[in-house]
Amino acid sequence: MMHGKLFAFLFLMWVLIIIGGAIAVVILGPISISGFGESDPLINSIVKGTIAIGLSIAWILILTKMKNLIFRKTFNY
Amino acid sequence: MTELIIPAVVSCIVAFFTVFLMTPPLIKYLHKKNLTVIDIHKKGKVMVVRPGGPALIAGVITSEIVLYAFFQSNEILAILITSSLAFIVGLVDDRKAMGGWFKPVGLVLAALPIIILGAYDSDLAFPLFGEVHIPILYLAIIIFMIVITGNTINSIDVANGIASGFMVIASFSLSVALFILQNYEIAIASLPLGFISLAFYKYHKIPSKIFPGDSGALTLGAMYGAIAIVGQVEVIAAIALLPAVLNSFLFLASVKKIVDHRELNEKPVEITDDFKLKATKNKRARISLVRLIVATTPLTEKEVGNVIFKLALFSAGLAIITAFMMEFKV
Repeated sequence: MMHGKLFAFLFLMWVLIIIGGAIAVVILGPISISGFGESDPLINSIVKGTIAIGLSIAWILILTKMKNLIFRKTFNY
Repeated sequence: MTELIIPAVVSCIVAFFTVFLMTPPLIKYLHKKNLTVIDIHKKGKVMVVRPGGPALIAGVITSEIVLYAFFQSNEILAILITSSLAFIVGLVDDRKAMGGWFKPVGLVLAALPIIILGAYDSDLAFPLFGEVHIPILYLAIIIFMIVITGNTINSIDVANGIASGFMVIASFSLSVALFILQNYEIAIASLPLGFISLAFYKYHKIPSKIFPGDSGALTLGAMYGAIAIVGQVEVIAAIALLPAVLNSFLFLASVKKIVDHRELNEKPVEITDDFKLKATKNKRARISLVRLIVATTPLTEKEVGNVIFKLALFSAGLAIITAFMMEFKV
């Protein structure tokens, strides 16, 4: 039973990676800020980096929720 | 394509036999120097030598030099230098246990040759949806990748044969993915990692005659990460590594800080009288992959290893499916 949950959790992680990738390409990809001259690439990277960090934090929070949901009974935490 | 077969075969033979032939004298040498640790999962006071890193890095250096002689590419040079620097970081930690900060910081330095040699492409490829161009942000990804792969392989080294056996599965699946994506040169450069791990597994499997140590685990992990970067298969590499990522995630989620596992007193698993592993009831102990595996039933070390290998095979399958998905665009 526990081993089945582990496989399910790995599958969930995979699905989250695919969805995360889709969001990254759809949201991060088209972002292009201009009007700051030579600073454009830097500002673009800062904005994309901030969004990427936000997405990563969201990914970790969702994974933590899932972990608690799947393994809560096992350890009673 | 046919011109790639000879370098592939020669480098794989060199990789396998360097480790296969060098490990027994290394075991003898380490015994002589009394560089041993207790195998905590065994009956009695069984001492096992460590580190096996020198044999592994010898396999990496010889095989990648063979490949460099054929291809003279910066990508192969980057794999070689990054793996070697990670080995040095691990060796320092093997000789003198450093703090939890040391390995991540050391691995940041190990990642720099990839950037300096320009052996990367700053487009991050995702399945089905295409690529995202992140020139500056990608530099951070390179560094994170090496730090994470190095440390996750180190953290999955929890029982006899796990790190090397896991690496055999993950690295061969990465090679298959690279072949699917027709990145033949890097696919060939990745094959020695599987053969190095396979040769070492012969001595690392239950009952272990040698442990890889930090130098061995970081060498394998950093080489894997470097291949992922230069081969532009970062996402696929992360998927093949999911059981180890899960282990690190559980560790960080329960400990909530970056700390070396040796600094933690509460062990996640206990040993039963018949030498099986069982989950501790201590709520202060961290959650780990092994603790989850033995949560309902105590298992022998070999049974735990088999479950981890099944999880690794499952993730390898997902990684290969993902490689096929890279070919399609929504």
